[in-house]
Amino acid sequence: MVIVLRKMPMGLSAIAEARMTWCEWPGAFIGLEVLEKYGCRMATGLGLTLYLVAVSFALGLVIGLALAVAKLRAGRIPSAIIHGYTTFFRGTPLLVQLFLIYYGLGSIRPFWQEIGLWWFFREPVYCCLLAFTLNTAAYQAEIFRGALQSLPTGQAEAARALGMRPLPIFLKIEMPLALIVALRPLGNELIVMIKASALASLVTLFDLMGATKLAFARSFDLSIYFVAALIYLSMVEIIRRLWDAMETRLTRHLVLR
Amino acid sequence: MENAFTLLSFGPEGWGLALLQGAWVTISIALATLPFGLALGLAVALGKRSRNPLLRMVSTLYTTVFRGVPELLTLYIIYFGIQILVQKLWSSLGFTSQLEMSPFFAGMVALGVVLAAFSAEVWLGALNSIEKGQREAAAALGLTRFQAFRLIIFPQLMRVALPGLGNNWMVLLKETSLVSVITLQDTMFIATRANVVTKEPFLFFGAAALIYLFFSMISTWGFGKLEDRANRGYVRAR
Repeated sequence: MVIVLRKMPMGLSAIAEARMTWCEWPGAFIGLEVLEKYGCRMATGLGLTLYLVAVSFALGLVIGLALAVAKLRAGRIPSAIIHGYTTFFRGTPLLVQLFLIYYGLGSIRPFWQEIGLWWFFREPVYCCLLAFTLNTAAYQAEIFRGALQSLPTGQAEAARALGMRPLPIFLKIEMPLALIVALRPLGNELIVMIKASALASLVTLFDLMGATKLAFARSFDLSIYFVAALIYLSMVEIIRRLWDAMETRLTRHLVLR
Repeated sequence: MENAFTLLSFGPEGWGLALLQGAWVTISIALATLPFGLALGLAVALGKRSRNPLLRMVSTLYTTVFRGVPELLTLYIIYFGIQILVQKLWSSLGFTSQLEMSPFFAGMVALGVVLAAFSAEVWLGALNSIEKGQREAAAALGLTRFQAFRLIIFPQLMRVALPGLGNNWMVLLKETSLVSVITLQDTMFIATRANVVTKEPFLFFGAAALIYLFFSMISTWGFGKLEDRANRGYVRAR
């Protein structure tokens, strides 16, 4: 089938006649054999990449915000612990953290079996999610801490003078203001996570990078790497545009523009 | 616990010396990449401000691409890409032998082009912060454009760019761990091999983590000192 297709002029009619699945289309359309052959694996890989990034980033958002608030409001000992956590996860490579969790925690199997958590640490996907979440939570905690600290104190003081309780002050006054400051660095962190998720391919996972490596190892066609680069680039570009739109929306009351 | 000490020792049973050599490779590749990446980044930043639209477009495309593609992918493309390219060239010259690409060189190039893309943004921000009057005054004094850059612009540039470049350096330091996948024997590579042999992942990846943490902390301290020095002519607010 592949041989027949390569002799035919490329175009939609050829694809329609060939009755392919959708993920083989792009490769056939631009006449790239390796992409046609491994298109479906790449698509599955892209799905896994998106899943890993979305879950770890969302969990990191919650944990990061909690850590930032705790660091600013809680006593000295919790603050010191959180400081240690962020220093470790921001000071060491994500690859080391991933291997510590995947090989390290995975090596104490009897312990996990005893407490019934072996199903979690057995799966490379969950190990990856755990490493990515802990890593991005540390970075996001610092982003939120910086944003919350940058707020002028007069805002909260005025709210207190109006008789607002601490929780509403935080939710309705401080959070919206901090989000404007935190938005851009959070977008950068999301982009960093998309790129960092390629490390999943090093713990046997077939994310976009893993699928690309497999395709290259079998075909020795370097162009598949360029296709992957283009896919990653488009993801980053989409995030960038989305963030620009969000920033415009969130700052629409400011005269700055 | 005794076992752990033996494994980390410098004796015949221990991995201490190997880990130290790995740490040395990590710091060497980071230091070797730094000047190349920063210089290329400055060139790209100057390209982005150029009057030539083609040069502007190429520089913008450069930073967009290398900031958006995973470092691991860039590393593979450069490692395998250069290898295939050089091999073709070698064969076309009539040689039949196989060429082996040095992982150190490939790692240096890959990390360098990525560092250049990120540092270009820092350089650009710093360049924009320097007032036009500085260049005009330099021109009025009869300095050539190159002299003005070397004597007037660049010293002021370093002061503004230093915090951003410090961040770039920290990212670079951690990214060097990726070169272990193209068999460069850095800290990460040694830790992985030690884990395969001894089945002590906590010990060796923990040791690797501490090595990176040590380098990060030294760098934070060093950059603080450098910033103090760069700001010595300025009164600090507060």
